Amino acid sequence: MSRQNEIKSVSRRDFLRYTSIAGGAFVLGAVLPSMSPAWADSSEVVGSNSLNLFVSIDDDGTVNIVCHRSEMGQGVRTGIPQIVADELCADWSKVNVVQGLADEAYGSQNTDGSRSIRRFYSTMREMGATARAMLEQAAGQKWGVAVSDVFAENGMIVHKPTGKTLSFAELASAAGKLTPPQVQDLTFKTPDQFTFIGKPMTSVDLPDVLTGNTTFGQDIKLDGMLYASIERCPVVGGSVKTFDKAAPLNVANVISVIEMPKQSMPVLFKNLNGVAVLASNTWSALQGRKVLNIEWELGDNQNHDSDVYLAELEERIVTKGKPIRQAGDAYQAFDDASHKVAATYTLPYLVHAPMEPPAATAVFKDGHCEVWACTQTPQSTQQNVAGALGIDKSKVKINVTLLGGGFGRKSKPDFSVEAAILAQQTGKPVKVIWSREDDIQHGYYHAISAQHFQAGLDDNGKVTSWLQRTAFPSISWTFTGTTDEPQTGELSLGFGDVPFDIENISCETHKAPAHVRIGWMRSVSNIQHGFAIGSFVDEVAEKAGVSTAKMWLNLLGEDRIVDPKTQGFKYENYGESYDTFPIETKRLKHVLNELMLKSGADQPAGDNEGWGISVHRSFVSYVAVATKVKVENDKVSVLEMHSVIDAGRVVNPDRVKSQQEGAMIFGLSIALMGEVTIKEGAVQQSNYHDYTVLRMHQCPKIVTHIIESTAAPGGVGEPGVPPVAASVVNAIYHASSTRIRALPVSKHYSV
Amino acid sequence: MIRFSLNNKPVEIDVDPNMPLLWALRDILGMTGTKFGCGMAQCGACTVHLDGQPIRSCVMPLAAIADKEVSTIEGLSDDASHPVQQAWLEHNVPQCGYCQSGQIMSAVALLNEHPNPDDETIDNYMQGNICRCGTYPRIKAAIKSAAKSSQTSFNYTLGKNVGGQA
Repeated sequence: MSRQNEIKSVSRRDFLRYTSIAGGAFVLGAVLPSMSPAWADSSEVVGSNSLNLFVSIDDDGTVNIVCHRSEMGQGVRTGIPQIVADELCADWSKVNVVQGLADEAYGSQNTDGSRSIRRFYSTMREMGATARAMLEQAAGQKWGVAVSDVFAENGMIVHKPTGKTLSFAELASAAGKLTPPQVQDLTFKTPDQFTFIGKPMTSVDLPDVLTGNTTFGQDIKLDGMLYASIERCPVVGGSVKTFDKAAPLNVANVISVIEMPKQSMPVLFKNLNGVAVLASNTWSALQGRKVLNIEWELGDNQNHDSDVYLAELEERIVTKGKPIRQAGDAYQAFDDASHKVAATYTLPYLVHAPMEPPAATAVFKDGHCEVWACTQTPQSTQQNVAGALGIDKSKVKINVTLLGGGFGRKSKPDFSVEAAILAQQTGKPVKVIWSREDDIQHGYYHAISAQHFQAGLDDNGKVTSWLQRTAFPSISWTFTGTTDEPQTGELSLGFGDVPFDIENISCETHKAPAHVRIGWMRSVSNIQHGFAIGSFVDEVAEKAGVSTAKMWLNLLGEDRIVDPKTQGFKYENYGESYDTFPIETKRLKHVLNELMLKSGADQPAGDNEGWGISVHRSFVSYVAVATKVKVENDKVSVLEMHSVIDAGRVVNPDRVKSQQEGAMIFGLSIALMGEVTIKEGAVQQSNYHDYTVLRMHQCPKIVTHIIESTAAPGGVGEPGVPPVAASVVNAIYHASSTRIRALPVSKHYSV
Repeated sequence: MIRFSLNNKPVEIDVDPNMPLLWALRDILGMTGTKFGCGMAQCGACTVHLDGQPIRSCVMPLAAIADKEVSTIEGLSDDASHPVQQAWLEHNVPQCGYCQSGQIMSAVALLNEHPNPDDETIDNYMQGNICRCGTYPRIKAAIKSAAKSSQTSFNYTLGKNVGGQA
């Protein structure tokens, strides 16, 4: 089933090492400050039997299933165990989800790119099936019967001829001593036999969330821990000239003032230059920070002004760019066209603003470092902490807490690096707490961007020429310090993969140097590309005198597989094989047709009301969105939103729905009000009062439809976002005849 | 020394009276169910009840709560049995869960004041609580379920022995 053809037998000690289940690391604080690594000592733990890297069964029947990916609200701590438990035939009430530590043994733990299920669906089934086979074999041996005469069901092994049973608890010890079978010898359930996959299971962490009994990154507390708050340079690349070290120390409970190590470009995941104030509580650290009186050397980026920069992009984007995909002669065909449409679209910088600002806690002792962090990337955290401390990564242990939202911000381990540096310098446990102001002003921003589109149509309204350009500072700059134009990976996100059947096409890019840290945010460059393409199709439809849905169907053409490589673009397809996950126009058309059927978006709207739609494929899933708005007295009210997602087979339909609901709301925040502006190199916004996000009174009725599918699982967390903004501005146009091409909507209307 | 009642249990702590209640709860008393989101009463993640009224603990100095009753998410019930928690369970409301303590505390206060709220009342009352994951539609549905399941005002019984230790 998967790339792996062998399932490693792991010892009890290994299971403990990978999960830290021994020594009580899950009872936070209990394990520290004993830095004799708890994971190396399994002697104190009895009664747990490892069947493989992901499954261990205790003698009392508790089935420990490892979730090696980070939970940030997408439901992965429920979804991954659902898959394992299904093939294992476990009793769900006995399942205990264990959060995996950072370890390469798990494969990628980088929880981004909407790939937890799509990358691990097969592997998790193998893990469940392996453990089940070992339990069956143990039962066969115990009874002295053929394994073919036994089967697993709801936490028991049943002897078919007699009906006698043995529980997993009774078999765990014997099963743990067996050699795991080869993958090719495993048997798997058929989909009609699934008991958990495809079922709307309640989130495993829900009861704790409801009683406040949760541990997020911000919640870690260790004995003797210092609370650190860091004043960072407002301009990226700037550094500390002078500061008042004495004043903060006069603030009650402030213990230490430490200048962070001075860093240079590229920014990578290094600490930003600044000064940390450490105290015995957060409040005192924040108070101490106020009197640091730092004088900065601001550096070159102090000249960055986002308004000026965007105006420059807008000038550049209407000129011929660097082609990355071409067919025919889009310029000639445009000149020859009977009807022409052209439009430029812009988006501002955006920031993630998860409800939990970043936080990490670290302890450094005897050359080892242990970190607790709300991280999407435990292994990258491990590497970067090791690098910052100058120790081998085998000496860095990363515990992953719950994440109070991630959206890509917590894929960057800079905050763990800060904590580790301060722990090393003080010799004490240190928790670095980011304030909301820190989060808004020192993020890894979604890139500011401009897109320009031109289409030529013949007398029949057929599109004969399609030209599209994009320009935005690249995420790669964060890693190189020199990259000054969009890269193939970013252009693979809804730009170079445009799925239209048009004879003459040209996709081009322009230069865009970076002046702030650029990062990936939920659906990444699909945000600007989905917005621009979805808006432009609506404009072209109007020019052709057809409905937007009809124009989409015309542009998508016949049912076919689109391969952007045939037109010269090195399409990356989200790292997936093109055989399993090609671009299928049939699936795009299907979500669109279902949307029109289910939403009523093709029906007339009331006075001052309008519908807008858009469709987008991203993270190898297909989503169509319809939004209905009312525009009255210069105010936009969003009345309802409908989405249809085809994500292949879904594991937990309730969580897919909740992700779609969340994606609509995240997308609405972007469309209606999301904007970070920069003056003199510094972010002007500071908190939720001026970096506004959607609130309940702005939230419409939301309806989600999931296409039932047996196709391989695709992404879920991100694909809902890209079509939203276009559907909103299209709806505003159809309600008011005002075309918004520069987001956010709040620049044009109150929201 | 500041004395107050926390989830029906007397507490006294000796810290700067200007320290907001949030940090006393989280850092001094170890009660981390109440979350830090913004520090300026913008997001509602830190919502607790002061003498039964919802407040943002991130801007409430300790001096202002002396001798008053504070209740937090930990005091709502020991076992998620409160009707609002049950409604949250029924609708599988949370995604990441970080804002939910504050959402639930606001919802309990809303229902105490308006046992049968309409959409507009819910919107007005709950708009101070941000959820970045986007659970608003489920929160609204859960509030309506809770209202339906309980015709009387809540007067919830606080859990015992859940206060923090200074």
